[in-house]
Amino acid sequence: MRRSLLFIPANSPAMLQNADVFAADAVIFDLEDAVALSEKDAALNLLDQFLNKFELKGIEKIVRINQLDSPFSITDLKLIANKRIDTIMLPKASYRYTLNLAKMLDKIEKHNHMTKSINILPIIESSKSVIEINKIASAPRVNGLLLGGEDLATDLEVERTETGHEIFLSRAMLILAAKANKIDAIDTPYTDMKNEEGLKKDSKFSKGLGMNARVCIHPNQIDAINEIFSPNQNEIDHAQKIINAYQDSIKTGKGAFSVDGKMIDKPIIERAQKVLEKAEQWNLL
Amino acid sequence: MKNSLNRFIPDNMKAYDGLNQIFKQKNRKLVPEILTKNENKQVNSLRILFDLIPITDGMTLSFHHHLRNGDGIINMVLNEIKTRNLKNMTLAPSAIFPIHEPMCELIKNKSITQIFTNYINGPVSQTIGDGYLEKLVIMDTHGGRARAIESGELFIDVAFIGVPCADIYGNGNGLEGPSACGTLGYAIADMKYAKHKVVITDYLTSNIAPIEIESKYIDYVIKVNAIGKSEGIVSGTTRPTKDPVQLKIARDTIKLIKELGYIKKDMSFQTGAGGTSLAVAQMLINRMIENKIKGSFASGGITGYLVEMHEYGLFKRLYDVQCFDHEAIASLKRNANHYAMSASKYANPFEENPIVNDLDVVILGATEIDSDFNVNVTTDSNGLIIGGSGGHSDTAFGAKLTIITTNLVKSRTSIVKDYVTTITTPGETVDCLVTERGIAINPKRTDLIKKLSNSKLNILTIDQLLLKAHDLIGIPKEIEFNQKVIGVVRYRDGSIIDSIYKLRGDQK
Repeated sequence: MRRSLLFIPANSPAMLQNADVFAADAVIFDLEDAVALSEKDAALNLLDQFLNKFELKGIEKIVRINQLDSPFSITDLKLIANKRIDTIMLPKASYRYTLNLAKMLDKIEKHNHMTKSINILPIIESSKSVIEINKIASAPRVNGLLLGGEDLATDLEVERTETGHEIFLSRAMLILAAKANKIDAIDTPYTDMKNEEGLKKDSKFSKGLGMNARVCIHPNQIDAINEIFSPNQNEIDHAQKIINAYQDSIKTGKGAFSVDGKMIDKPIIERAQKVLEKAEQWNLL
Repeated sequence: MKNSLNRFIPDNMKAYDGLNQIFKQKNRKLVPEILTKNENKQVNSLRILFDLIPITDGMTLSFHHHLRNGDGIINMVLNEIKTRNLKNMTLAPSAIFPIHEPMCELIKNKSITQIFTNYINGPVSQTIGDGYLEKLVIMDTHGGRARAIESGELFIDVAFIGVPCADIYGNGNGLEGPSACGTLGYAIADMKYAKHKVVITDYLTSNIAPIEIESKYIDYVIKVNAIGKSEGIVSGTTRPTKDPVQLKIARDTIKLIKELGYIKKDMSFQTGAGGTSLAVAQMLINRMIENKIKGSFASGGITGYLVEMHEYGLFKRLYDVQCFDHEAIASLKRNANHYAMSASKYANPFEENPIVNDLDVVILGATEIDSDFNVNVTTDSNGLIIGGSGGHSDTAFGAKLTIITTNLVKSRTSIVKDYVTTITTPGETVDCLVTERGIAINPKRTDLIKKLSNSKLNILTIDQLLLKAHDLIGIPKEIEFNQKVIGVVRYRDGSIIDSIYKLRGDQK
């Protein structure tokens, strides 16, 4: 379960050093867009050294490798894909690339006698990947889908807007595919870093659609995103009430029961359990 | 000999012996105030003044630092000392800034042989660190300097008081004129107790209101073209940090203050003008508004943010010893409950009721902090003077809750140390340390630790923070210091809390 995933350029020692300082659920070490072509080698070596030295307990470690059809991706994977990390983020994902990456990870893990399995987080950032999104979501190792709104808008030949209507359908399709495959739906970053109100408004809208989490391109976005994608105190209290009533109903052998005058059925109980599960994971109880 | 903090200090000096000893010193020693007998006070130049008094070898001259790095007064006086080739002079400026670089030459040629001050930043630090000052540099606190002057411990022959707006009788304030700087609180003790008092101004007027510098004490008035450079005197509005690490520290600081129950009706508060401090102030504004809290006062150096809080009704009063920006100066003119205060009223340990003693919360910085919570804001880790207490020790002593905010690691150096290079503020007056990697509470504050027992904040011991820093940057190699003492840090009661050592030859 994730709420916030923080991008960190892999070629910035100062930012790497503070990777675990903030309250992000995951950090994404970026070897792709944040790193200039001339610095690809240096960034990879720096990240390798950093991961050797720092364990970063209690935080998911994701590496965005270079595009699979680039000359860098194989080197990235050979050096980085091992037990030190949890997830590979795959840029410009397609179903074929996702399957290829899964197979490459099979080989790497076998070769390295790894007991740990590395997940894949594909970025959906082309119209083609949106069309085949359910197949990507169901590919091996995939445990979340990230919408790449900026590249997608380029592919769609549209401008990104504050309302986001141009990516509405893609957001909805990503959410449906993620939920159908019981994996995380992760929203595109909010790129106006100075607009905290805009970030909050858009993230509330996104959560309302069904997104579970959002990537952050600046640490100052994390608190707002965590707050919005966490259950709030009213939700937690209500969920607790439902679960208490549910447990009472089991003890007393009652079948149907109600809370605050509303009948409670199985989906509501499952939703309440999910809320409490999240609250526990994020230390909100 | 060693003091109670296990620090070597020169044998003939009064050793710091913990806070209990200070409380026993009840009798405030006051020398008589010195009133002027002069009627015709205007003097045409410093040159004439030096002859008139006369200013001779071996005298002690004092200055305030309200003109900060725009100050022109000290350099004018230094120029006269140089021209006359005076020797063995003692200077007692409340602070020294980079603009005072001409002092270096006069230290080297023994024109200046001793310095009393509260803060040094700039080239003078290196000259003193290199061992050129013949006698010890004495680093006081703001409250301690006022105490030293009023008790006669620091006797001043001539106080040069830069006054941005004055009349021909010597009445003045810092509110008007081309060099307006706001309050003149650090000059008040000098004005009352120096043997000779000289107002130097670049704006003569007959309309002085309110009167902060009083003519009854002033012997001479000199009008010059400029007492300072306005760009160095006050800054524009300083802004809260945007650095994400410092913002996290600020957020955690506010959470800590709230959990400890200090965001409450009639709370009093002080913070500095640095980016993290301003971020704390900004976040406090939001918390106070959300919780409909109205505080009693904010104090110290006043910034536009504190003015905003006052005008919004969040703090009833502002007690101002130094205006940090133009907003603060403007507020002092227009807000009836924005009060100028003297350094004595602010922080003199023997003042009956100094403002610092009524503080609930103070937020302070640190260059280093050790596992006993002793704080260094005087030197860097090589021993070079880069600041000084100012009001650090005074407010840490007085406030009910003293919080140090700092990055755990800066420029690949841990701020938490086994031992700080120089003790400025004793750990027994420091309650909490907030860093980006956790919060440490002084084990002596068992009440705070108990209150935080169910906190979701990342509470660690200071030793755990030190280990985290070592994990990040390794264990630093110990630095060998020169054994020659070139100065001392004097605690607010006049006892010596630590020594400052000559720099090694390779530290340039």
